[in-house]
Formats: sequence, structure tokens, C-alpha cells
Amino acid sequence: MPIRSVPQRGIARLLVHAWPAVLSVTTLVLAWEAYVQLSGISPTALAAPSRVLVQGFEQRHALASHTLATLQATLLGFSCSLGAAFLFSLLLDFFRPLRRALFPVFIITQTLPLVAIAPLVVLWFGFGLTPKIVLVALVTFFPMLVALVQGYDSADHDIEALLASMGASRRRIFVAARLPSALPYFFAGLRISITYAVVGAIFAEYAGSVRGLGIYILNAKNNFRPDLVLAAVFVSATLTLCLFGATILLQRVTMPWTRLVERKP
Amino acid sequence: MSLARLELKSVSKRFGELEVLDDISLSVSRGEFVSILGPSGAGKSTILQLLTGALRHDRGEILCDGAPLESNSHRFAFMPQRDALMPWRRIIDNATLGLEVQGMTRAAAREKVQPLIAEFGLAGFERHYPSQLSGGMRQRVALLRTVVQQRSMLLLDEPFGALDALTRARMQRWLSGMWTHHNWTVLLITHDVREAVLLSDRIYVLSPRPARILRHYDISLSHPRPPAGDPMLSAIEADILQTLLTLEERPCRTFVPL
Repeated sequence: MPIRSVPQRGIARLLVHAWPAVLSVTTLVLAWEAYVQLSGISPTALAAPSRVLVQGFEQRHALASHTLATLQATLLGFSCSLGAAFLFSLLLDFFRPLRRALFPVFIITQTLPLVAIAPLVVLWFGFGLTPKIVLVALVTFFPMLVALVQGYDSADHDIEALLASMGASRRRIFVAARLPSALPYFFAGLRISITYAVVGAIFAEYAGSVRGLGIYILNAKNNFRPDLVLAAVFVSATLTLCLFGATILLQRVTMPWTRLVERKP
Repeated sequence: MSLARLELKSVSKRFGELEVLDDISLSVSRGEFVSILGPSGAGKSTILQLLTGALRHDRGEILCDGAPLESNSHRFAFMPQRDALMPWRRIIDNATLGLEVQGMTRAAAREKVQPLIAEFGLAGFERHYPSQLSGGMRQRVALLRTVVQQRSMLLLDEPFGALDALTRARMQRWLSGMWTHHNWTVLLITHDVREAVLLSDRIYVLSPRPARILRHYDISLSHPRPPAGDPMLSAIEADILQTLLTLEERPCRTFVPL
């Protein structure tokens, strides 16, 4: 019998790659459901997945509007962070001594505990969108900056020397060699940071807000509704996964040369 | 008497205490294929760096068409040891890189490179990425990128060093044919004796560091050269190899602590 060597595409390939994950998650959810049903634990302590699903569905309009607020804060904050990280990465690449001056400051921003800083940011900027943007930017700026700076440095020295021998300027070498070399690092940073961004936004909302998943979770907790807390957690996890997926999609579009099958003549 | 395209007169270079080049004199005439042959770490690449402007020599003179070489003149088209192709650029766009740096638009540069694609055995691969090509093909792209710059001279730094033996032999023959056809002026850096003998009009043999010119060989055989194993070529190869091997056995004159 001939072996089928036709590459699998789309859904079929996805299923082949995803089944271990699907299996493990399904097992986990089933075990959780079984435990709640069999132990008779109070739903105010631990809600069964089925209850989370039903209650979450009933609350879908509230959840959707709060999710939208969180998404907005996440994307706005992350965009600001990306812009700032890119500007600073340029600055640090073209003016080397600045690295030693600024990196310690940036590292310190990473040591600030979110629990302490979130209420302060709310205190300074109020209950609107601003504190969320600030907090999301604060947690994602540094990973993005490090990714970019390291990415520039990863540029092949031979390519840089070649460009120099052709008479390329420093700026030209940056655009032609260092910037494209940073792309894989940029996307690695993006994947990590986008998950931080969602957590950062929810934390900011938790510390004080009118809308958003963070404040929804706080209210659900105060009303002894762990099922709704879990429903919101489920939504935020889904949101993060979607954003994560979007970065992978973006990478595939931006870096077509990395997903090529080696077809050597 | 016509001026040499490139002439080095008693060029020396040292890095701090380390003397790398000592009294190097050589010349390359228009349309000539000249090789610099030497052991690893002899300072072959340093010579290239002096020519590309990455380094300045300490003593001596470097003349290009009779005039001192300016540090920013970019008279030479340089092909590095590894192909240094940009993985994110398609083959055609890798080939046009030098022209784009010179200020040509991408479209104009592509137009200029396109007629050479077939001759370099790359027809049908213009839209491919470097990772899709074999080592030999990548090296041809690198050479194409070098020659389209239309500089007065090609500097090739061990261009086939990373290829397997069979591909290397094939590429050497191919380069020889291309050179005969295009009448390029080439300075090749290599440690492969056979490669140097097969391709060159003249070979300068370097000593280990500090590098001096030990001997030079004028090879007056016409191109294309006879196939491998030809007694004339073998005799020259054997002679050069003997020169290099005798060197290796000599004790180091200076001890350089790490």
C-alpha cells in the first residue's frame, strides 16, 4: 500500500496537531465536573463547569460589554507600549551609552508589584481608560524593548559588513539589516507581552473601574458568585488566546520566508 | 605601461602589539585573476578589510589605478566568506542589494539584474527565498550580487569554503568560465591550493602571521584550464603545497600569549 505523502491542510492538520491538547483539557473539565457533582460541594465555593457555562451564557450581554472594555484597554495600552518601545529601541541602538543610563530605570519598572502600583495609578488617573493604558504599557513596555534591542543586535555581522563595503550609511544598515533581523525577536516578545497586557488591564480594572472584566470579577466575588468569576476568567482566557493567535497570524503574514518548506532543487 | 588596477606597496598592519601584515606588496592588473593563498589566520581577511575600507593600513601604500585608495571610495565589490544573503529578501532582491545601496530604485535594479539571472543558473528562482536554495546556488546569488555592482574589481573571500567538495569543484569551473567571459578583475582569498591554481593568473603565497609574501607564482596556462590531474597544474600545486608545508614545520618565531 502506498504511503500517503500528501501534506494535510487546514482543519485536518489542525485536528492532528491539536488532539492531545483537546484530550487533556476535556479530561480536566470532566474530572472537575465529576468532583463537584460527587462531593456535593457548595456552588458558592466551587461551581461546576456546567453551571459556569449556563450562568455565563445568561450573563452574556454583561460579559460581552465588559470584555469589550477590557479589550479596548488592552489594545490601546499595548499600542502605546509598542510605540514607546520602538522609539526607545531606536534611541538605544543609535546612542549606545544610553543603554547603561536607561536600562536600570526600565528594569526597576519591572520590579514594581502590580498589586501596589495598580491602586496608585487609579488614584492618579481616575476610573477612566487612562490608568488601564498606563498599567498595560508599564507591564509590556520592557519585554518589548528588550526583544527589539536584542533583535537588532542579532543581525548577521557579515551582512552588516557587506552593506558597509557597499557604502551603506548607518541608517541604511539599520533599515536593511538590523530591523528585519529583529522581527523574530519582536514576535517572540509580542507573544509574551500580549498575555501580560490582558492581565495588566484586568488588574487595573480590578483596582477601580466602571467597566471591564476586572471590575466584573470583583463584583461577582463580592456577591458570592464564583460561577460568574469563573465565567469571566474563562472569557479572559479566551480573549488572551485569541490575541495570542492573532500575533502568530501576523507573524506568518509578516515573515513569509520562515514558514517555507525546504524545497531544495 | 598601463597602471595596475590595484597595487599594494609594502603595506603593514598591526593591532596593538600583534603584527598582522608585514611588508605586503602585490599587484593586480586589469582583467587579471589573482589569488592570495595562505594558512588560516595568516591575515588574508585583514588585507580584504583594508581594501573595503573597514580598516586602515599603518605603513605602505595602496594604489587603485595609480591613485591612493580613499577610505570611502568603495572601489571594490566584496563577496564575503559565507554568502551573507538576507533570509527575508527574495533571490532577485538579494541580488539587487548593492545597486539599491548605490541609490537605484528597486525596480530599476531588478531590471538590470534580470538578464543575468539565467547565466547564473538562477532562472525560475527569482521569487524564492535563500532558505529554499542549495549551497551552490546561494553562492551564485552572492556572486551575482557582487558583480552587478559594477565596481572596478571583485574581492572574493574564500567564496566556496563552506561548500561540499563536489559542489565546490563545480563552482570553481563555473567561476572560471564566467571570469573568462566577463573579463572581471578578481582578487581571490583562499586556502585551497587547487582552487587557486585552477583559477588564477598569479598566486601570492602568504606566510603565517605576521604575513609576508613568501613567493608568487605566475601561471601562464590559458583558460579554461585543463581538467584536474593535469601534470602542469599538479606540478604547481605540489610546489605550492610544499612551500606551505615547510612553513608549518618551522617553529614559531614569536610567542603570542593569549
